[in-house]
Amino acid sequence: MAIASRDLALDVATPRADRLARAGRALRRHPTLMAGAVALVVIVIAAVSAPLWWTGDPLQMRPIQRLRPPSAEAWFGTDHFGRDIYTRTIYGARISLTVGAAVSAISLVFGTTLGLVIGFYRRLDTVMMRVMDGVMAIPAILLALALMALMRASVRNVIIALVIPEIPRVTRVVRASVLSLREHLMVEGARALGVGTPRILVRYILPALVAPLLVQGTYICASAILVEAYLSFLGAGTPPVVPSWGNIMAEGRAYVQLAFWIILFPGIFLAATVLAINLVGDGLRDALDVR
Amino acid sequence: MLAEVLRRLMATIPVMVVVAIAVFALLHVTPGDPAVIIAGDYATADDIARIRAKLGLDRPFLTQVGIWLSQVVRGDLGTSIFSGLPVSTLIKQRAEATVSLTILAMLISVGVGVPLGIVAAWKKGSWIDRLVMVVAVSGFSMPVFWLGFVLVYVFAISFAWLPVQGYQPLAAGLWPFLRHLILPAVTLSVIYMALVARMTRASMLGVLGEDYIRTAFAKGLPPGRVLVRHALKNASLPVVTIIGIGFALLIGGAVVTESVFALPGLGRLTVDAIVRRDYPVIQGVLLIVSGVYVLINLVIDMLYVVLDPRIRY
Amino acid sequence: MRDLSRRQFLAGTTAAAAAATVRAPFAHAQKRGGTMRFIPHADLKVLDPIWTTAYITRNHSYMIYDTLFGTDDKLQIKPQMVDKWGSTDRGMKWSFTLRDGLKWHDGPPVVAEDAVESIKRWTKRDPLGKLLAAHTAKITPVDKKTFALELAQPFGPVLDALGKPSSNVPFIMPARIAATPDTEQIKEFVGSGPFRFVKDEWQPGNQVVYVRNAEYVPRGDTPSGSTGGKKVNLDKVIWRYIPDAATAAAALDAGEIDWWENPPLDFVPRIEKNAALATFVTDPRGTQGWVRPNHLQPPFNNKKARQALLYMVDQPAYLQAAIGQPKFYKTCPALFTCGGPWESAAGAPPKQDLARARQLLKESGYDGRPVVVLDPTDIALTHGAALVTRELMTQIGFNVDLQSMDWSTVVARRAKKDPPAQGGWNLLFTWWIASDVINPAVHAGISGAGASAWFGWPENGEIEKLKTDWVRATDRGRQKQIAEEIQKIAYDEVMYVPFGQWVLPTAFRKNVQGILQFPAPVFWNVSIA
Repeated sequence: MAIASRDLALDVATPRADRLARAGRALRRHPTLMAGAVALVVIVIAAVSAPLWWTGDPLQMRPIQRLRPPSAEAWFGTDHFGRDIYTRTIYGARISLTVGAAVSAISLVFGTTLGLVIGFYRRLDTVMMRVMDGVMAIPAILLALALMALMRASVRNVIIALVIPEIPRVTRVVRASVLSLREHLMVEGARALGVGTPRILVRYILPALVAPLLVQGTYICASAILVEAYLSFLGAGTPPVVPSWGNIMAEGRAYVQLAFWIILFPGIFLAATVLAINLVGDGLRDALDVR
Repeated sequence: MLAEVLRRLMATIPVMVVVAIAVFALLHVTPGDPAVIIAGDYATADDIARIRAKLGLDRPFLTQVGIWLSQVVRGDLGTSIFSGLPVSTLIKQRAEATVSLTILAMLISVGVGVPLGIVAAWKKGSWIDRLVMVVAVSGFSMPVFWLGFVLVYVFAISFAWLPVQGYQPLAAGLWPFLRHLILPAVTLSVIYMALVARMTRASMLGVLGEDYIRTAFAKGLPPGRVLVRHALKNASLPVVTIIGIGFALLIGGAVVTESVFALPGLGRLTVDAIVRRDYPVIQGVLLIVSGVYVLINLVIDMLYVVLDPRIRY
Repeated sequence: MRDLSRRQFLAGTTAAAAAATVRAPFAHAQKRGGTMRFIPHADLKVLDPIWTTAYITRNHSYMIYDTLFGTDDKLQIKPQMVDKWGSTDRGMKWSFTLRDGLKWHDGPPVVAEDAVESIKRWTKRDPLGKLLAAHTAKITPVDKKTFALELAQPFGPVLDALGKPSSNVPFIMPARIAATPDTEQIKEFVGSGPFRFVKDEWQPGNQVVYVRNAEYVPRGDTPSGSTGGKKVNLDKVIWRYIPDAATAAAALDAGEIDWWENPPLDFVPRIEKNAALATFVTDPRGTQGWVRPNHLQPPFNNKKARQALLYMVDQPAYLQAAIGQPKFYKTCPALFTCGGPWESAAGAPPKQDLARARQLLKESGYDGRPVVVLDPTDIALTHGAALVTRELMTQIGFNVDLQSMDWSTVVARRAKKDPPAQGGWNLLFTWWIASDVINPAVHAGISGAGASAWFGWPENGEIEKLKTDWVRATDRGRQKQIAEEIQKIAYDEVMYVPFGQWVLPTAFRKNVQGILQFPAPVFWNVSIA
């Protein structure tokens, strides 16, 4: 008891410099996490403030200047309609990041809710898990492709098409955690006290899920950005009027020998962003000690 | 054991039924209409209606599901709306390319990924470890088609060592078969390789900390022997799991790879069918692919028993 | 023998060549044998050439079927399967006799009844065929090799109908197959042509395989277009569908492919620089691009709104975006193509006039509703046209809803007459080769038949009457007059807006010789050294 109060006192009294020193140590311990995070932050800032970075109009066609290699005027060259690749790449970050973040957030929300409900109400368990298994058995990209074929091409529909295959995976993870945590003494005690199920879910189980869900979320984000690129490459992704990295590369695929810069730069940005997100995910997993 | 296998096989049936219905439902809640495409350029509304009736597209949804399921159970996957060929024929024509590509890619990934993971685990914390992991993650982060184009540009165009596209069946000879598959398989394997390497490393790290490993090292056994014969065997369980899960990733990647290298595989077949709303083909392929996936997972579950005698059902 | 109508119909030959042509690869010493690997411009999905107008199906059909008459490279109609023919009674009664040696791939000889049934099936679908049928009293076999055609009213272009080079082509099939109703697709693919279709090796989406028909007896004359002797030098032809242009280019470079039908024009300069490759314009008459409005739905059910489009389109901008390489395109106001026998600028707006377009749009009472424009992104030329259209339409005050999709979806959607919000459309893009729009009888775009016209469904009774007049006219000068009248009406109604004319070169390895000048790629006379 005495030790606890002393620790308490220490905690309150820690000066700011000490906290900074602790952060610095964390940095050195997880260099990859930091590198990934820094890269990601730079890309997000660039995307959000795109007009500030010497960009032009991503949709403007200047057919006279089609297929020009990188130069002082067009840093990443132009495509077959004379559009500036640099501008499109920076603006493309917006779309790709939006898709990644949205898919991640939405599938986490739905998946967690489903997982919590299924984990707690045993009766639903067998049926729902069979359905989840069924959906997971269909390769994600084929499912997303089939879904896109039903819907008009738009960013919103791409997000929906990417969310649906992800939900079962999140549900699985959450359900597994719920199943193990249910038996925990704390929970049993709360139930004995008559605490309602929703409250149990929110107060006891959910906090334990935050860390693994955060890690899972970063991986989903990375995967969504990649799959959007695949869908666009196959012609079923975001509409061509909307520049996303996948789109720019899809339109440039015919020019890989003639004007490889169309595929090269968005590809580098895409790989770098996905890499950064994956590193952040890995780092978080190590730092938060998630299995 | 046999009873267990049977039990698990039976358990997959409801899953497959769900898949079948989901696939069917997906395609029929649709604005696109194959009847219009088939009807041709001069069709009137009557013609289109007649074709829909002929294809059975105008019957109530549940009836269509029922008919389809009863056909599937008898092994009849239907007929492609566009080419008029039976779906099973189309799948048979295209299966070899996809299966060859996937297996070759998996062999490369496991063959390269596992040793990389072992090395990274053994030298944990060193620059080798960091390098391997960063390379692995990079492979995982690159778009498959981008890598494919880069490889084609370097190896097939600049150096002209390998063909640009196309597929030669095994019947045409082993070397032509391999030659045409090397670039696509390497492209595809890169993603998978990363996963395998990471999982191997993580799993090995867990095992390498165990007492019996330290004893083995202390006894003076050569490191290679310790790593492979003792550590790997015990670490293999999660790796095998990853191989099962990764299959779905491979199939997804195969769809894109086949497009880049013009391989006549199931991936391209499905993409074409989806775009044209050739329902029977889409349904048939998704069903078969999902079935294979479920079976692979079943096999892997069974492998657990072999690899870890502690696991008993 | 009356050849007046034939000459009137398709006169004007040497002037017909448009834009850039490269020296034709004539076959000198023709090597026999070998396999040709060819990349077609599309995937072969439908095998019935009467059912669909798709050019890929037409190309497939030229491999395995034969035609009664053909069109040569000077647009002259000459006999192919026919040996002797003649007309009597001032062109009201025709008689045709088949030549010797014609056999079906499954053995039996070709008889007159086969020809009659095939023609009948063709006349049910093709616009020119329908015109012919409307003027015909009866067509019957006379004996095993002869059949007769009796007209009910004068009809000039009889031979031109039977020798029509492009979709739909009256290919001759066995009578039992031709008896298939025109609303269904044929299920057997037996022809009498120079190649056989190897159905077992057909992989839709991947490859089509043909082998030489050893039983085929070619005519004695020099091959030209689809006329003359179809001597086959190749043993086998494989059509490998490679949708990715970069892969196709690399395959041609590497020698994995011998002949690439339609390289995107951006690849042509590089191909021309490669010493092992060559290019050739197989159809110098060219292709015409269309911006086609939907006359049934607002806003384009209003003539002024359509005319706004007319003054908005700037052909150079469209061609630059859609085609890209100036060497291969040119602007052209003639609906019946520049370089064709009925070329005229009558009725066409002199130049782009955005101010006038804006004015017309205002006068039409446009209410600002979104205009659905179909954008097939997988076809570079229509995608380019769609993007330019969006920019221009926005500039003059339209609210544009550009919807991206692939060509198959466009094909499905364009048939819908519903309002755009319920799956219909307002504006679409397409293209036709010169042979398909070269005169008022074949041109699908100037039909004013309303609901039964080509997609877009313009309605104008006068133009229909003029078309019949044209077909019945005997004097060339009168025909020219009528053609110009027709064009004026078509422009006034804005049945469509042409966005330019271009030619497409084909690319092949230099060891390929004997490629003929014809709108479709044909494989007789071709050899691989």
